[in-house]
Amino acid sequence: MGRYVARRLLLTIPVLLGASFLIFAMVYALPGDPIRALGGDRPLSPAVIAELRERFHLNDPLYVQYWEYVKGLFQGDLGTDFRGRPVLDTIERTLPVTVKLALVAIVFEAVIGLVAGVLAGIRRNSFFDNLVLVSTTLVVSIPILVLAFFAQLLFGLRLQWFPIAGTNEGLYSYLLPGLVLASGSLAYVARLTRTSLAENLRADYVRTARAKGLPNRTVIVRHTLRNSLIPVVTYIGADIGTLLGGAIVTETVFNLPGIGREVFNSIRSQEGAVVVGIVTLMVFFFIFFNLVVDVLYAVLDPRIRYD
Amino acid sequence: MKLSKRRSALVAAGISGALLLSACGGGGSDDSSSSGGSGAGAEGGTFSVYIGEPENPLVPGNTAESEGDQVISSLWTGLVRYTEEGEVDYSGVAESIESEDNTTWTVTLKDGWTFHDGSPVDAESFVNAWNYTAYSPNAQGAASYLARIQGYDDLQAPVDEATGEATGEPAATEMSGLQVVDDQTFTVTLSSPFSNFPAITGYNSFHPLPQAFFDDPEGFGTRPIGNGPFQAEEDFVPGQGVTLTRYDDYAGEDAAVADSVEYVVYADVNTAYTDVQAGNLDIVDVIPPDVIESAESEFGDRFIRTESSQITYIGFPTYDERFADPRVRQAFSMAIDREAISEAIFQGTRAPADSFIPPVIDGYREGSCTYCTLDADQANQLLEEAGFDKSQPVDLWFNAGAGHDAWMEAVGNQLRDNLGVEYTLQGNLEFAEYLPLASSQGLTGPFRIGWSFDYPAADSYLTPLFTQAAFGPAGSNYSFYSNPEVEELLVAGDQAESPEAGLEDYQAAEDIIAEDMPMAPMFFTEIQSVTSENVSNVRLDLFQRIVTSEVTVNS
Repeated sequence: MGRYVARRLLLTIPVLLGASFLIFAMVYALPGDPIRALGGDRPLSPAVIAELRERFHLNDPLYVQYWEYVKGLFQGDLGTDFRGRPVLDTIERTLPVTVKLALVAIVFEAVIGLVAGVLAGIRRNSFFDNLVLVSTTLVVSIPILVLAFFAQLLFGLRLQWFPIAGTNEGLYSYLLPGLVLASGSLAYVARLTRTSLAENLRADYVRTARAKGLPNRTVIVRHTLRNSLIPVVTYIGADIGTLLGGAIVTETVFNLPGIGREVFNSIRSQEGAVVVGIVTLMVFFFIFFNLVVDVLYAVLDPRIRYD
Repeated sequence: MKLSKRRSALVAAGISGALLLSACGGGGSDDSSSSGGSGAGAEGGTFSVYIGEPENPLVPGNTAESEGDQVISSLWTGLVRYTEEGEVDYSGVAESIESEDNTTWTVTLKDGWTFHDGSPVDAESFVNAWNYTAYSPNAQGAASYLARIQGYDDLQAPVDEATGEATGEPAATEMSGLQVVDDQTFTVTLSSPFSNFPAITGYNSFHPLPQAFFDDPEGFGTRPIGNGPFQAEEDFVPGQGVTLTRYDDYAGEDAAVADSVEYVVYADVNTAYTDVQAGNLDIVDVIPPDVIESAESEFGDRFIRTESSQITYIGFPTYDERFADPRVRQAFSMAIDREAISEAIFQGTRAPADSFIPPVIDGYREGSCTYCTLDADQANQLLEEAGFDKSQPVDLWFNAGAGHDAWMEAVGNQLRDNLGVEYTLQGNLEFAEYLPLASSQGLTGPFRIGWSFDYPAADSYLTPLFTQAAFGPAGSNYSFYSNPEVEELLVAGDQAESPEAGLEDYQAAEDIIAEDMPMAPMFFTEIQSVTSENVSNVRLDLFQRIVTSEVTVNS
């Protein structure tokens, strides 16, 4: 197991380098001139433009720019944005917000999704099962932008249960955006759990267990659930990686200064260093949590061995 | 001048955020100032204001966009301030700014002004700041506002025109036109006479900087030290904002009424608007266009209209042979029913433009743009005389994601109906691509552009847009229009004995421009703001900034 994990971790290095180069090249290839756009309707003077282009190595060919970037990377320097702020500071500032949001979302997703899925799976075709089916279909089919505005207007403005925007009220500020962000995945987790559980309940080993006279509770929790959770864990694990990449829509509507909002703005203003730094980090999260999921497999299913 | 990230961010479904002027409208003017609250408020209290993310560190010479400008205006007071009518008001740091020949100006400072760190606001703090801002290796975005000062060119690094790369160091580090006489006095020599010089000295680029700035220019932008009614006692947090507190040793007349003002950064103005509805935020200075109608009834006297200094134009590429003939440009301008577009698309929140100098500026003459009213018959006649080929469609250009689609399409439909010319919309370029294309003569048909003054005076609407010196890539003359007569009149206006005398020359220049029609004025913009019940006395100044020192917090 240890060797397996080490090998997978080592493999991330070339993947990250490749990813960062690709992103670098893509930002480089974006049409338009970020420096010119800094000035707005009133253009910057040529000497100022020349100075800024020089400062951010924008006159160099792609490979030279990338080499400068990688050189800095090995010294722990992720570069600076056009305002002169170190990218590392930007990440330090925005990542905690996104992490909190992602954690809240994951908790909603796992708790509500699993409970609803398990109950629906056990009592197939009951009223509750149908309720889950209808409500999850509804949630999945509404775009998150609509859902976010709706939740904000209803729970924030009309009922005033939650703050409308910002992070002033600590973790409480994250509940509503977290729920909105989780809604899609939550519905998916519920359905995945239900289907998986329903399928396993018909499996031979369950019949055997029941034949041995095991109580229903033990059959479901110890035997069925553990097996049914494998696809769910895969999904949730991969979702953590995605959520840590930031949620552009949710962060924007609820005005949470997270990493998704930052990267979106940076792409718009062609802040190469910020985009590369953050997106590479996202790639890392994604790889890392997929590894965690793979390791968890072995725990959940004793038949899986990595050595 | 100022790029309004904001005014566009509003538009397209909320999250757009393209860089430029657009959206909110103009229209019936109404008294702009205070929103009731008859004696309700007392001194003290705290209030909060919406801003978008500033583009740059909070250094005045590097701030030429609306968001940072808002904060800078609370932190700094310039040499002069402006009355609500846009006239120069010596209630700033300057006791007087005088000249005998309109070339060498003597600036005398008032006693007793201090920076927030206690150091005196003296002649050095102005001269050093201006030299720093102008020196091109410092890459200060608002540097070009100082270009009239003698020696400015020596502080610009030579640039290879072909590659756009700097080829060396600037020849000097200090402008020869600036001389410190004593602590309270300095002289400014301009490279050519300019009678309206005092009017430009109230802008950001002319603000003083304390010694602390030169010790640590980079840290300064996070916690700036100015000389204005409010001071920063904490760092500006990107993406979140900053709370400024009243500066008790402020020497100006406009000391802050409230104890503190909190600037809250929002990614989306729609969210900020909802927050005002709920009472969590006190002021949104520019509300999203789609809520304007409901906001008026919902907020009542807490809904504030302000005539803005911005003009929206349809420019013509005079370098394109189809639009080289002034008659074609006159015809296009006359084929557009501004009134109808204003009503249908902007619900009357933009006023049809009838001049090249907006009503809020001294020198505005009603109807000075003779070809700005609808006259389809005359337009067709002019097109015929000019031999315009109607069988080819015209391209209509605008930048994407900033809410220009609807009204540009309306313009196209009117051209088709009134002139029989088909059109193609070219609205896919983001501002970062649109602008370089415009400044390299890449636009193949009429195009949208917005403009607001650098300083509140008539020539600020003429010189930067209609002279050869303002050709791209460095200038804003995107129609690449030039007329020696106009140039002469503008220079004559600059060099006139007094601003009043100069105005006649500027207006004469405006008349020629109106005849040549390189750009057709379309709309004067109006801004709509809303406030919570927590505040009164909210007004926007000519620069469209909330006058934070006057805001009272209701108890």
